[in-house]
Amino acid sequence: MNMMRERKRPWGTRLVVLIPYLWLIAFFLLPFAIVLKISLSQTAMAQPPYLPVFDIAAGWQGLKDFLSQLTLDGYALIGSDDLYLLSYLKSLEVAAVSTALILLIGYPLAYGIARAPRGLQPLLVMLVVLPFWTSFLIRVYAWINILQRDGLLNDVLLKLHIIDHPVAWLSSDTAIYIGVVYSYLPFMVLPLYAALEKMDRTLLEAAADLGCTRMRAFWLVTWPLSLPGVAAGALLCFIPIVGEFVIPDLLGGSETLMIGQTLWTEFFSNRDWPVASAIAVALLALLLVPILFYERLQKRALQGEA
Amino acid sequence: MRKSASAFNIAAVALGLAFLYLPIAILVIYSFNASRLVTVWGGWSLQWYRELLRDDAMLQAAWTSLRLAALSATAATVLGALAAVALVRFGSFRGRLLFSGMVYAPLVMPEVITGLSLLLLFVALNVDRGFWTIAVGHTTLTLCFVTVIVQSRLVSFDRSLEEAAMDLGCPPLKTFLTITLPLIAPAIAAGWMLAFSLSLDDLVIASFTTGPGATTLPIRIYSEVRLGVKPEINAICTIMIALVALATIATSLVAKRGAVRREQAEGLGVQV
Repeated sequence: MNMMRERKRPWGTRLVVLIPYLWLIAFFLLPFAIVLKISLSQTAMAQPPYLPVFDIAAGWQGLKDFLSQLTLDGYALIGSDDLYLLSYLKSLEVAAVSTALILLIGYPLAYGIARAPRGLQPLLVMLVVLPFWTSFLIRVYAWINILQRDGLLNDVLLKLHIIDHPVAWLSSDTAIYIGVVYSYLPFMVLPLYAALEKMDRTLLEAAADLGCTRMRAFWLVTWPLSLPGVAAGALLCFIPIVGEFVIPDLLGGSETLMIGQTLWTEFFSNRDWPVASAIAVALLALLLVPILFYERLQKRALQGEA
Repeated sequence: MRKSASAFNIAAVALGLAFLYLPIAILVIYSFNASRLVTVWGGWSLQWYRELLRDDAMLQAAWTSLRLAALSATAATVLGALAAVALVRFGSFRGRLLFSGMVYAPLVMPEVITGLSLLLLFVALNVDRGFWTIAVGHTTLTLCFVTVIVQSRLVSFDRSLEEAAMDLGCPPLKTFLTITLPLIAPAIAAGWMLAFSLSLDDLVIASFTTGPGATTLPIRIYSEVRLGVKPEINAICTIMIALVALATIATSLVAKRGAVRREQAEGLGVQV
């Protein structure tokens, strides 16, 4: 039946799938194949700065030469130098800790919005989304204004006599955490709100009627029901934070780089394209499980309603 | 007991929103500061906006970014809407799993990876990098956001309207244009807006895929910010925030009007 319908589908309709399909293959899938290939190449003082270059005109012999010149040097370098390993660990640490912090701040916010009067909710949701629409760069930059040595935070703390000399907030992990939590908060609040808003409130009444305290009712009813939202929000934050570049670059210090920064430096400063590609492949491998998990959630959320 | 709980809710929302808006408010206020020092308040002044008007490089970058955002948002909306229709309406087709995987992955893919891979593609193809390569990058990045928005609208609306039109002999393309498209128009508008603002905002993919002569606003701002805080940057950021705020409010008004009209249309459908 399905096959029949597929065959009967006219060409015009097929184009609906075909156009975005081909676009994504050309500009999303194919580039990854190239990254994989270059991660197996050698650095060279050439333009482009890697070897071997695949020469299609040389035919089979060219392909054989090409394959024989591929190496795992890039990966060996990543494995042998602590710099890269520390950088991966640092990224995972920042992503895990800040996702937990975002959940801690985002949950009460989403809960408060979901329990606000019905008429007020769209406005509150829009207020949470609005900063997400303004530039990422601007939001990070806004914190430089506040955190710099003669910035507002030190000014206020000095005036309140909480500190007696200015603290160097910038170029520290604290600044990275502030910037990440601030930038990614809406990504957590929206799925949480969606889960909490859908919840059947009569369940809480039933729990109360059966003698459950509000706190217990929260842990036994509300929290388990909001778990899909928690999972979606956590993945939506965790995955991109691991590869974050702008925030640690502008707010963080220079002692331990996050992996996104390391990739950026290898590529732009050291012009070592094979190592940069190997870092990208390793990063992708690290994120593959959470990304697949996220895709499953996303599909279920969008197609479950149908 | 109930009182205290709702006080907790109000406090959570108030504190959360204050955290989100305070830094932006401070940035906006200091863009009107007459003093060059960030902490010293020298009275209200528009001098940084005047200085901005004289900064040709910045204005040029802003113009590049606006053209880029308009172009890539339009392309992403067409591609993303097609992808959404395919995912929701076509059931299972060959390669659907790969297709949906490729549609959702860019949502969470770290931008450094997407940027690097696109650049390597352009190098391999020996394409001159610049405006057009950034446009391709931004289209690829943003089309998935359009798909998700349009998709959630497509799954939630009443299909009997489409079926009625088809039963009355309306060809599929005409049904799509006269029934489906008007119904999903608010989602398409919202998707275009989101794609536009994401493109205007992107630094990482633009940095990788740019070439000589194509400096976008974020690239320009980034290189200035690395040298430290400057009041002119506060001014350009304030202008961008104002534009985005206006656009968001306008879109939500359009969406609201669309929702009312949609309810009327769907009500009509039930009556028929």
